[in-house]
Amino acid sequence: MYTALWRVLPGPRWLKIIEAVVLVIVVLSVCVEWVFPWVAENFIQQESTVDQ
Amino acid sequence: MNQKLSHAVRRAIMSRRIREVISDVFITIGVLVLFFYVWYVWLGDLVVGAQQDLAATTLSNTWEQTSIQIPEFDRESGNSEGAQRSPKPPVLDASDKGEAFATIMIPRFGKNYIRSIAESVDVKKVLNDPSTGIGHYSSTTPLGAVGNFALAGHRTTFGAPFGKTDQLRVGDRIYVETKKGWYVYRFRNIEFVYPTQADVLSDVPRETIVAEDRILTMTTCHPKHSAAERLIAYSVFESFVPRRNGAPTEVTTMRTES
Repeated sequence: MYTALWRVLPGPRWLKIIEAVVLVIVVLSVCVEWVFPWVAENFIQQESTVDQ
Repeated sequence: MNQKLSHAVRRAIMSRRIREVISDVFITIGVLVLFFYVWYVWLGDLVVGAQQDLAATTLSNTWEQTSIQIPEFDRESGNSEGAQRSPKPPVLDASDKGEAFATIMIPRFGKNYIRSIAESVDVKKVLNDPSTGIGHYSSTTPLGAVGNFALAGHRTTFGAPFGKTDQLRVGDRIYVETKKGWYVYRFRNIEFVYPTQADVLSDVPRETIVAEDRILTMTTCHPKHSAAERLIAYSVFESFVPRRNGAPTEVTTMRTES
């Protein structure tokens, strides 16, 4: 998977490294912004209120 | 013969590729789960906490800021004589559900700690929201009235607004700011209860007698990362500082340092 991705990335090696780092940052940002909060909200019980 | 060999070679390459993809997928999942854990216990609170602090600062900034000196509490005489205060604070009318109507500053929680309080304790609309995080139980007394002004907030995750509740010390000041001024509370004690013990929200917590004081109750989960119990922190209303008198010293200090 990653070998194929490395082949697909255009440019010389130094550019590929930069592109790979940018991709990692993009994926992690998406996780932090949307995926992780969604997982935490729907799959982990977090209660801070008492029954009313 | 030749054709058979190339067929075998092609199959070997294919199976190697499949194995590679499968292992890559598993490694990726593993790394993401690890990263989720780091985010869950630490990074997420920093990010969302900062967003909540910023939202509350923005709200507070929409109200005019001036400052005066509030003398320190005199432990010997037992009062804050000389403080510009009014014994009867204004009662805040109920605001719309989910809307932030006040900010809360708790110096013990950190010198930049300021969060906003919204009406209702709806998990998705208020408690998990990066722009609020603290909710007022609509069934309890409004801010400023005699009785129990009760709030809920997460102990961990989603900015963990009440994450340091266990670190409060007796006498710590808690400032609730609205358009009209600052409601100053003093922390008194904590209590550990089960989630079903809703009488912590009573006008006099855990009692059925008629209230004479203004209580601030904060509910959060306990132990950390669990929903098994609740940690309750009670504070007592001390004074109200009208906005025209300017912010209390501690509030001004916190604002200039942040």
